[in-house]
Amino acid sequence: MSETAVKTTAEPTAEEVRDTKIYLGWSMTDAEYERAVGMLGRLPNYTEAGLFAVMWSEHCCYKSSTPILKSFPTTGPRVLQGPGEGAGIVDIGNGKAVVFKAESHNHPSAVEPFEGAATGVGGILRDIFSMGARPVAVLDSLRFGELTAAHAKDVDRNKFLVDQVVAGISSYGNCIGVPTVGGETEFDSCYEGNPLVNVMCVGLIDVKDIQKGRAAGAGNSIMYVGATTGRDGIHGATFASEEFGEGNETQRSAVQVGDPFMEKQLVEACLDVIHNHNDILVGIQDMGAAGLVSSSAEMASKAGTGLYLKLDDVPQRETNMTPYEMMLSESQERMLLCVRAGHEDEIKKIFTAYGLDAVTIGRVTDDGQYTLEHKGAVVADIPVRALTDDAPEYHLPDSEPARLKGLRAVDASAASLKITNPSETFLDLLASPTVASKEHIWHTYDSQVLTNTVIRPGSDAAVIRVRDTDTALAMTTDCNGRYIYLDPEIGGKIAVAEAASNIVASGATPLAITDCLNYGSPENPEVMYDLKRSAAGISAACRTFETPVISGNVSLYNETSHEAVYPTPMIGMVGLLEHTDHITTQAFKNPGDAIYLLTGPQGIRPDFAGSEVQKLTTGSIGGVLADVDLDAIAATQRALLTAIRAGFVASAHDVSEGGVAVALAESAFGFDSASGDGRENPQAEVLGVDVTLDLDDPLLFAETVGSFVVSVPAGKVEQFEASVAATSPEAAATLLGHVSDDGMLNILTNGDGIRVATMSAKKVWKESLACLLN
Amino acid sequence: MSPRFAVIVFPGSNCDKDLLWGIKNIAGMNAEFVRHDATDLSGFDAVLIPGGFSYGDYLRCGAIARFSPVMNEVRRFADEGKPVFGTCNGFQILCEAGLLPGALLRNTSLRFVCETAQIEVANNATRFTSKYDPDQLLRLPVAHAEGRYTVTAEELEQLKANNQIAFRYAKGHNPNGSVDDIAGVTNKAGNVLGMMPHPERAVETLLGSDDGLPFFASLIDSLAA
Repeated sequence: MSETAVKTTAEPTAEEVRDTKIYLGWSMTDAEYERAVGMLGRLPNYTEAGLFAVMWSEHCCYKSSTPILKSFPTTGPRVLQGPGEGAGIVDIGNGKAVVFKAESHNHPSAVEPFEGAATGVGGILRDIFSMGARPVAVLDSLRFGELTAAHAKDVDRNKFLVDQVVAGISSYGNCIGVPTVGGETEFDSCYEGNPLVNVMCVGLIDVKDIQKGRAAGAGNSIMYVGATTGRDGIHGATFASEEFGEGNETQRSAVQVGDPFMEKQLVEACLDVIHNHNDILVGIQDMGAAGLVSSSAEMASKAGTGLYLKLDDVPQRETNMTPYEMMLSESQERMLLCVRAGHEDEIKKIFTAYGLDAVTIGRVTDDGQYTLEHKGAVVADIPVRALTDDAPEYHLPDSEPARLKGLRAVDASAASLKITNPSETFLDLLASPTVASKEHIWHTYDSQVLTNTVIRPGSDAAVIRVRDTDTALAMTTDCNGRYIYLDPEIGGKIAVAEAASNIVASGATPLAITDCLNYGSPENPEVMYDLKRSAAGISAACRTFETPVISGNVSLYNETSHEAVYPTPMIGMVGLLEHTDHITTQAFKNPGDAIYLLTGPQGIRPDFAGSEVQKLTTGSIGGVLADVDLDAIAATQRALLTAIRAGFVASAHDVSEGGVAVALAESAFGFDSASGDGRENPQAEVLGVDVTLDLDDPLLFAETVGSFVVSVPAGKVEQFEASVAATSPEAAATLLGHVSDDGMLNILTNGDGIRVATMSAKKVWKESLACLLN
Repeated sequence: MSPRFAVIVFPGSNCDKDLLWGIKNIAGMNAEFVRHDATDLSGFDAVLIPGGFSYGDYLRCGAIARFSPVMNEVRRFADEGKPVFGTCNGFQILCEAGLLPGALLRNTSLRFVCETAQIEVANNATRFTSKYDPDQLLRLPVAHAEGRYTVTAEELEQLKANNQIAFRYAKGHNPNGSVDDIAGVTNKAGNVLGMMPHPERAVETLLGSDDGLPFFASLIDSLAA
């Protein structure tokens, strides 16, 4: 593709578009072209063909994934807005609601990591404030290739990508003044050519202020606000809907450039209009993927109206832009407003006060047509429905991936790990970049601006308080792609279960999820299998945990030269804390507190398939992924939450990568003086554990989903045990020992156990990532 | 009548709401936002300049904001001996405007740093620090990429001689490479103070520290006197 080379004077004629099949370069198939011809009853001209191509791209219309998305549970008693708008909304009481959504920016970040990640933040923020909400928190879920030469094709490139993606997020998020409070960063060679950059934004809104992206009422004005339109990001949506091959490095013209300062002004101006001038605002929508055409067509579609836009009035930053370029540009920091006729000047005045343009570029019509005028001529005239509701929908074939048979045959028993020195394995796990502290990364994010952040990055979930109430919100992102690679359906269940465990460990009730479904090419039946089965697993878990899917995004074609990433459906979950008194962290608080292992009825099982310890000791992953008992996990979570609310729990930490041993260590590491937990014990630097587990050594590293390391003040031990038993007979609380003050991690087992000084283990854990990246 | 506080809002300020929340909702004062293009500060008893990225911090932190119309009024206000406080970007703006000596350069790490820093009260004889004990250790959040305070050797001697160093990072806890561990300074007259740490982020124990409360209490006290 060479977007920038499109001639402004001699566009191909409709016949030439047909004969040269230029649309193939826009990822539009012959069949889709014919479908467009049929809908118009004539040949589309160059501009119209471009509009069809982009509106029917996977990125805009989800033509391959819609049938799967329809299987998600999306409703619930608290859900005020499910999928279909800029973001989903959940009632949190007190007249307030939480608004959230996640979005991927994988392809742009692979090519231009700084701007790709930065504009990923900018884009998701606009989705949130377009609903009328103030963005209050950002989380990032990142996946990169490995950081050691032994496991990477180009380790320097991987380090560069980490550095630049983090810098991009930091640059945009810090400047706009929305705290980056959490997320996750993992490393695996499958992400080397195609890193994943998923950004989740959480906003707060008074229920009365909820907006919709509708262009209703014939005669009302369509106003363009924010930055000018340039040639950046043209065909970004179709760019995101293709797999990478050699040479995509040259597609930089499809990557947008962000201006967080402009966006900051845009947030304030839009919220000013929404809060103080709502009577003259009919609808508001972000210009995201596929820019002007997508936002305007969707607004008309949702209202069942038509639009007449005069493109000469679109603010342009470059000369001689064609209708095609203007409609498809993905220039950042732009919004589209539908304003009651006659009130345009009021809107203009508000935006001028924030130093921004607001220009009327068209009007709502009642003919259902999407009509564009440029230089006195009609350059496009298409039924709105043809671009939106009538986009193609594919039920693509799926077949079980060939890999699964081989993977299931792999021995994933405890013996296969060949662990001879558990203390050494333990330290190696703490140093592995996926387990190691991510402080090196989140240290560069302003996590406290807006002064609501109670729990900063580094615990199971981040927590922000909700002003003017006693409540708080917990939020997390989670997905272990390895599990889904081994078994998509069980892996899908685990992703949601893990997210729920994170939320519960912080003292909150899970409310709902958003997702970013990152997969390879849907034309590959094996990828469709992964997508379908993992979606089924996610759906099942969402039903059990009563967390409907309220928003999300699908990112397909995450492949480099036909090598797909692990199927990675990132789950972003938000939970509600009824009272800030319930806020709980993973850090142990006091020497002498009892340490419990809270599990399902089966306790810790030999679950090593896809585990961090398997990757570490055998160099690869495989085996049969054990199915999870969602009801038992939910029961365990209920037991924990009840005990937290009753005040019996000092700390709680979900057992995940690295197993119980790592969970115990991370709890003992607590927070150092720099991270400002607020519940910090001055002795945190020297805490240790004295525990005994009736297990063989390898089981210390098993990743049994739905298990927790919980500490309980010595005086509340009986109450805690009684509470767990009364709440969930399925849950098992096993007393392991106590928090010690001798600074030793002393873990006895039926084998050698682990004995390491807390500070030396912490040093390994804390410094590993910085060492690998420098 | 309790004193009135002005919180200046530049395009790109992003700690303005935090500062207003701290002084108004937590400290219980009269406070309101004043836009960057305002030309009148009469009726206000103190001026607070928030953190953020004024004008995107394009060109150089605070370099554009110093030319905002309101800055003429802030200068006049300071010249009258009334208290002016700037945190983070506010500190950078006050330095760029020449109301405080020195400049703030990129952190030695070349990275943005967000953490709760250990701060030492270097001088509790200012109108902003009187409620602190001498040498009291505070936990105050910092969040900046350009916080490395720099002055010439002679200026540094003058700062010391005039007791203008209000806050220092505790030994071994300097997050940005500031000269002499300086975290906050006053002007010679003592009525203008700038600091990189955010006292307004430390006014509620729920959020991790309330070590910033005595800062605002000191300022309020000085207005009553």
